[in-house]
Amino acid sequence: MASGIKDKVVILGMGCSKFGERWESSPADLMVEAFEECIEDAGIERNQIEAAWFGAGIDAFNVGASAMPLAIALRLNYIPVTKVENMCATGTEAFRGAVYAVASGACDIALALGVEKLKDTGYGGLPQRSRGVENDMYWPNLSAPGAFAQLASGYRVKHKVNKDDLKRAMAHVSVKSHANGVKNPKAHLQREITEEQAINAPYIAEPIGLFDCCGVSDGSACAIVTTPEIARSLGKENLVSVKALQLAVSNGTESSHESWDGSYLKTTRIAAQRAYDEAGIKNPKQEITMTEVHDCFSITELVTMEDLQLAEEGKAVTDVLDGTFDADGSNPCQIDGGLKCFGHPIGASGLRMIYENYLQFQGRAGARQLPDPKLGLNHNLGGFPHQNICSISVIGPYN
Amino acid sequence: MIGITAYGAYIPRARLSKKAIAEANAWFDAGLNLLAKGERSICNWDEDSITMAVEAATDCLTALDKRSLSALYMASTTFPFLDRQNSVVVSEALNLDRSLRSMDIGASQRAATSALISLLEANSQGTAMLVASEHRRTKAGSRSEMLWGDAAAAITTGSENIIAEFLGAETLAEDFVDHYRGEDSSFNYDWEERWIRDEGFMKTLPKVVANVLENASVGAADIKHFILPTDQARTPAALAKKLGINAEAIIDNQIATVGVVGAAQAILLLAKALQNAAPGDLMLVTGFGQGCDAILLRATELVSSIKPKLGVNGAISRRREDTNYNRFMSFNNLVEKDIGKRGEADKQTFLSGYNRRKDLLTAFLGGKCRECGTVQIPRDKYCVNPECNALESQDDYPFSDKNGKVATWTADRLTFDWNPPAYFGMVEFEGGGKLMMDFTDVAEGTIESGSKIAVHFRIKQFDTQRGFRKYFWKASIEE
Repeated sequence: MASGIKDKVVILGMGCSKFGERWESSPADLMVEAFEECIEDAGIERNQIEAAWFGAGIDAFNVGASAMPLAIALRLNYIPVTKVENMCATGTEAFRGAVYAVASGACDIALALGVEKLKDTGYGGLPQRSRGVENDMYWPNLSAPGAFAQLASGYRVKHKVNKDDLKRAMAHVSVKSHANGVKNPKAHLQREITEEQAINAPYIAEPIGLFDCCGVSDGSACAIVTTPEIARSLGKENLVSVKALQLAVSNGTESSHESWDGSYLKTTRIAAQRAYDEAGIKNPKQEITMTEVHDCFSITELVTMEDLQLAEEGKAVTDVLDGTFDADGSNPCQIDGGLKCFGHPIGASGLRMIYENYLQFQGRAGARQLPDPKLGLNHNLGGFPHQNICSISVIGPYN
Repeated sequence: MIGITAYGAYIPRARLSKKAIAEANAWFDAGLNLLAKGERSICNWDEDSITMAVEAATDCLTALDKRSLSALYMASTTFPFLDRQNSVVVSEALNLDRSLRSMDIGASQRAATSALISLLEANSQGTAMLVASEHRRTKAGSRSEMLWGDAAAAITTGSENIIAEFLGAETLAEDFVDHYRGEDSSFNYDWEERWIRDEGFMKTLPKVVANVLENASVGAADIKHFILPTDQARTPAALAKKLGINAEAIIDNQIATVGVVGAAQAILLLAKALQNAAPGDLMLVTGFGQGCDAILLRATELVSSIKPKLGVNGAISRRREDTNYNRFMSFNNLVEKDIGKRGEADKQTFLSGYNRRKDLLTAFLGGKCRECGTVQIPRDKYCVNPECNALESQDDYPFSDKNGKVATWTADRLTFDWNPPAYFGMVEFEGGGKLMMDFTDVAEGTIESGSKIAVHFRIKQFDTQRGFRKYFWKASIEE
């Protein structure tokens, strides 16, 4: 039985660019912005980095193919750099590559950086793009909100929730994240909204309205990882370590087999259980004290609370409305504002979430600092509910 | 004995109010107000002559076993493809046998009657299907726009289980240019209506009809169903009078309910007459265009019992009123519409890849696992049942005839669609299998989880850059 990743690798430094409509910044500018913060935080020289993993989701509107854009932007010293792409799990994939490299002993210090330039398309929302030669011939031309909106119809039928109650809970999810985002200077959207605003906003994909959708932004985030021993030898204290890193990828069962009813994310349930086992978590509700989940849409966050076992099945609507996941609730979710306020530069998001964990555990989260964070869970969903990739990382203080 | 053995029809559900057409255009031609009575059928953006042909043929095959078909002819003057046999696309969508004889017949308003004569005179022992389908573009504010419609009809000929016996046919070939459409034109150009009536219909048809009646020793007064396809409202009555056919025998051209459907009109009206005919009724079908055709038939006892699920009567009553003239103009490319940047995405079809998946894309075949019985679509190498996952274990399993229900759905206003919002969702089929599908012909407020659906062969996407269109199956809500 493999021993897992728990406490084998720690974060030496992290950086995160300002997220937003960065009209003035190229992908390379964003990468440099995140990297400069990260390398200063790590307190090492660039030439000490032995390998790098580079995450970028959509080549066409971003940096182009291969790992070279990272090596060139950062003037890395001809080290091995690997480009990774796994839809919205891309940022976590880059992190996983770097962490596994250190854990294997293949290198002492590794870099993970994710970036996405979404605002060069000329229109709102995620870029329209091909799903491959074969899929394009028969898949509906579904947008991301169109895919995730269906969770709402599946969930409503399964749990006999009426439309208005679900819509109000969805609105609460967004209101809560906006309230958190106000306290984060790096967030794209830094203003509060009301439940009424969210409920009355025009539909994007029924029942998802404008305020049920996360922002669309440019951004980059970055981590340098090493072993606990090396971190200590470099004089680091209050180490933050990786407790679990999991990935579950749909194999077509949800889309083609009757065993899935469209009301939940099968991959999240599988990846979460594996992550809890890897991290030694027996009671997630008690042990996880902060979550950064893939709130691409409010309904996704709501359903994810159940998939992560942070709400009983069928009870997320009540828990959300009761404030369980608010900043002052028992399981604060998106304390940094989430995708809702940061937007979702595909390649960067997973690392941006880990960045918030890292700040919280080091007591550096400013106005949004949680009183006593113990374990943080980060969750990404790439693709669509019926065919997707779920990544989960669990981060916490190194004991 | 040779004759008609079955028939079927399809009329698009949407019916554009003629008042809406007149209101938009009477500023230019006040005469349109006089024609603004009733409604006309209009294709949805994802319908064309091929998709309507598949629908009409499917209706026809509710009254006939498709395994008996040995030929499929398609007649139209609006074939979506000029060099790619349209009837073969239809036959693959119907999942017909590959040894089928197939042919496209076009270039005239009497294409379908000529094809029907050819099939009836071939004396073949097999069963042949003729499907006629028409989706004609008309200029904005034209008389044609007001008088024409979109529809398809199918008819089969054979020597067994005949519902109408073939008594004879006559043709006169004459290059009378009442209208034409050249290879570079999208629209017809036509001459004065009164001249067409006096020098065309009234002069050529009587000769041919007289011949066919005389050869069969039938008197004009005995004709019970007289079919004369035309958008001239009064010409059928004038001709009937001249020929000695009773006025009650005239099959109405449906100008106020469907519109005249071009080369498909004769077959659509024949299907309508057959649906209402009594055994022994004599039926005269004519076609006019560069001369004329006349076909004489007599209904048999079986005409009362062999009927399709819908037929013309069912297709007419399956309607939804539409008053949005602007949308009609947009669907028919009569205005240059701003479709937004999402609509600019390249829609190239990679033909080799398309060819590999035609079983799914055109025939809508999935698989059924021999090991575990799981029904699935698309059919992949390994069975999708997590308890099975057997390799290459699936037999063909057709979905085109399956009904189902909506599991999850949405109305997407972000993605590009010719008729937003784009409705799509997960469909679960009766008997097993599920697929994320587009919905078509959805009326707002009629879709919910649990709604019953049927599937239809429709246009999936246009590649305007390369003049291609791809087809796939979509679900519609069964009201």
